[in-house]
Amino acid sequence: MSAERKKLLSVAALSLMALFLWWAQGHLDGYKIQILNLVAINIILALSLNLIYGFTGLFSLGHAGFMAVGAYVSSLLILPAAQKETIFLLEPLVWPLSVLQAPFFVAVLAGGVAAALFGLLISLPVLRLGGDYLGIATLGFAEIVRVVANNLPGITNGALGLKGIPHYANIWWNYGWCLFTLYFIVRIVNSNFGNVLKAIRDDETAARAMGIDVLRCKVISFALGAFFAGVGGALLASLLTTIDPKMFLFLLTFNVLMIVVAGGLGSISGTVIAGVVITVLLEWLRFVENPIDFGPIHIPGIPGMRMVIFSLALLFIILFRREGIMGMREITWDGLACACRRGGKDRG
Amino acid sequence: MSLEMFIQHFLNALTLGSLYGLIAIGYTMVYGILRLINFAHGDIFMLGAYFVFWGGALFKLPWGLAVVAAIAFTSFCGVLVDRAAYRPLREAPRISALISSIGVSFFIENLCIVTFSAIPRAVHVPQWLGQVHLIGKVRLLPLAVVVPIVSMVLTSGLLWIVYRTKPGLAMRAISKDIETTRLMGVPVNRIIAITFGLGSALAAASGIMWALRYPQIHPFMGVIPGFKAFIAAVLGGIGSIQGAVLGGMLLGFIEIMIIAFLPALSGYRDAFAFVLLIAILLVRPSGLMGEKLEEKV
Repeated sequence: MSAERKKLLSVAALSLMALFLWWAQGHLDGYKIQILNLVAINIILALSLNLIYGFTGLFSLGHAGFMAVGAYVSSLLILPAAQKETIFLLEPLVWPLSVLQAPFFVAVLAGGVAAALFGLLISLPVLRLGGDYLGIATLGFAEIVRVVANNLPGITNGALGLKGIPHYANIWWNYGWCLFTLYFIVRIVNSNFGNVLKAIRDDETAARAMGIDVLRCKVISFALGAFFAGVGGALLASLLTTIDPKMFLFLLTFNVLMIVVAGGLGSISGTVIAGVVITVLLEWLRFVENPIDFGPIHIPGIPGMRMVIFSLALLFIILFRREGIMGMREITWDGLACACRRGGKDRG
Repeated sequence: MSLEMFIQHFLNALTLGSLYGLIAIGYTMVYGILRLINFAHGDIFMLGAYFVFWGGALFKLPWGLAVVAAIAFTSFCGVLVDRAAYRPLREAPRISALISSIGVSFFIENLCIVTFSAIPRAVHVPQWLGQVHLIGKVRLLPLAVVVPIVSMVLTSGLLWIVYRTKPGLAMRAISKDIETTRLMGVPVNRIIAITFGLGSALAAASGIMWALRYPQIHPFMGVIPGFKAFIAAVLGGIGSIQGAVLGGMLLGFIEIMIIAFLPALSGYRDAFAFVLLIAILLVRPSGLMGEKLEEKV
C-alpha cells in the first residue's frame, strides 16, 4: 500500500474519532464522558510504561511516583491564587508557588518535564540495577515521593491534598495529549533509536558489544516514559479536580501495569486496545460492589470483589496467555488490508 | 535523652527488628532458590494474624491452639500460592513470576476485604503477654522479651533444618544450581514447596506477634512490613538467612533510633527503609553477608 494512501486512511480514521468524540460530548451523560476521559489518560500512562518496560525491558514500578510529581506541579500552576489561600490551612504555600500561574497546556507540559527531571535524577543511580531489583528500587522511589508529599504542607498541603483544581481537562485536551503520546511513541519505536532500545531489551550484553551506550539509551527511554507519566498525572489531577498523597498508592501503578501486560509487552496497538477494555471493565465491574435487585431476589454488594476479579484476571493472563492480547504484533493499515482481502476471498 | 528512654527505645527496636527478621527470612529463602521477589509474602504475614483472629472469634478455639492452627494454615497457603501461581512459570522469564506475585498479593488483600471486610479489628491479647510491668521508669511489656526469644528459637530451628537435614541440603543445592540438582534426582518442586511452607510459617509467626504488639489488624497491614522486610533481606545480603536476621535487626534499630533522636523526621518514617534500599543497592548490591551475583553472559 502506498504511503499516501496510508496517510489518507489515517486522516480518515482520525476524523471518524473526532466525530465520535464530538457526538459523545453532546449525547452521552457525564459518567460516560468521565470514562471516555479516563480511557485517554490510561492509554497515555500505559503507553509510557510500555516504552520503559515493553520496549526497553526496564521493569519499572515507579509510575505512581511520576504521576504524583506531574499532578502536583501542574495543579499548583493552574490553581487560582484565591483557591490556594483557602485550601492551604496547615501552612501557607511557599512564595514563588503562591503567585505562579500558567495556562493549562503549559502547566501539563511543566508537570511532564518535572516528572522527566525526577526520572533523570533517579535513573542515574537506579538504572545500573537490572530486572527485579530495578522494580523494587523504582517502587521505593514512588513510595518516597508519596511520603514526602505527605510531609511538606508548605508545598503539597500535606495529607489534606489539593482541592478545587480547575476542571480544564475536557475530552479534547485528554484525547489531544493521548494522540500526541501515541504519535510520539510510535515514531520513537520505529526510529533507529527504537531499534537500539529493542536491542537492549533483547540482549543487553550483545547490545553493549555492538558499541551501544546502553546506560545513556536507558536513561533517555526512562526519562521519556516519566515525562508522559507526568503528563498523565497532570491530566488526571485536573479531571478529578482533587488530589492527595493517598491517591498515588501502588494500586495506581498496578492498574497501569495490568493494561500493559494485558495488551502485550512491546505492542502499541495492544496497549491501546487493553487501555480501552480494562478502563471500561474496571468501571463496569463496579456493579458487583453495589447491591443488585432481581425482582424479589436481593444480592448485597460485596466491597473488594472488583479487585478480586481484576487480580484474578491478571493472574490468568500471566499464567495462560503471557503474550497478552497482541503479543508483539501491531495493527497496521497493511495488515488490515491483507485481512480484508483474505476475508473477501473466503466469502467470494 | 535519659537512660530510661533509651532502654525503652532499645526494647522497641529489638522487638521490631526481630519481627522484620522473621519476615525477611521468607523473602531471602525464596529469592535464594527461585530468584523471585515474592510480593505476596507480606500478605501471607497478614493472613497469619487474621487466622488467629478467625480461629478465636469464629471457631472459639483457645488462644494457643488458634496460634498453632493459624501457623499451619498459613504455611499451607504459602505452598498453595507457589503451586498455583509460581510453579507454572518456572521456565518463563523471571519478571513474569514477579508480576504473578504482584497479582497474588492484590488477590489475597482483596479476598480478605471480601471475606473479613476492610474494617480494622482489635486483637485479643492474652493477659500474661499484654500486662505492662514497670521496672524503674521503664515500661516492660512481656512481649518485648517473648518476641526476640521466639524469633531466635524459630531462626535456630530453621538454620538446623537448612544445614543439618536432607531437605535443607537439597535447598542449598537448588540455590546453587537448580538444573544440576534436578539431574541428581532431587524432587525440586517438592523442596521448593517445603521452602515456601517454612517461609510462610515464619511469616505467620511474625504476623501473629505483630498483631499482639500493635493490636489491630486490617487487610493491608502486611504491605509496608513486607516491603521493609524485603529491604532488610537485601540489606543483609539476599540469599543468606543469617543476613536476613541481621538486616531485620539493623532496619528495626535504624527506624526506631532515627525517630528517637530526630523526632522531627517521624513523618518520614516509612521512607527511611526505601532510602536505605537505594543507598545499599548503590554501594554494596550484594548486601552485608551476601555472595556476589555475577551476570552470566
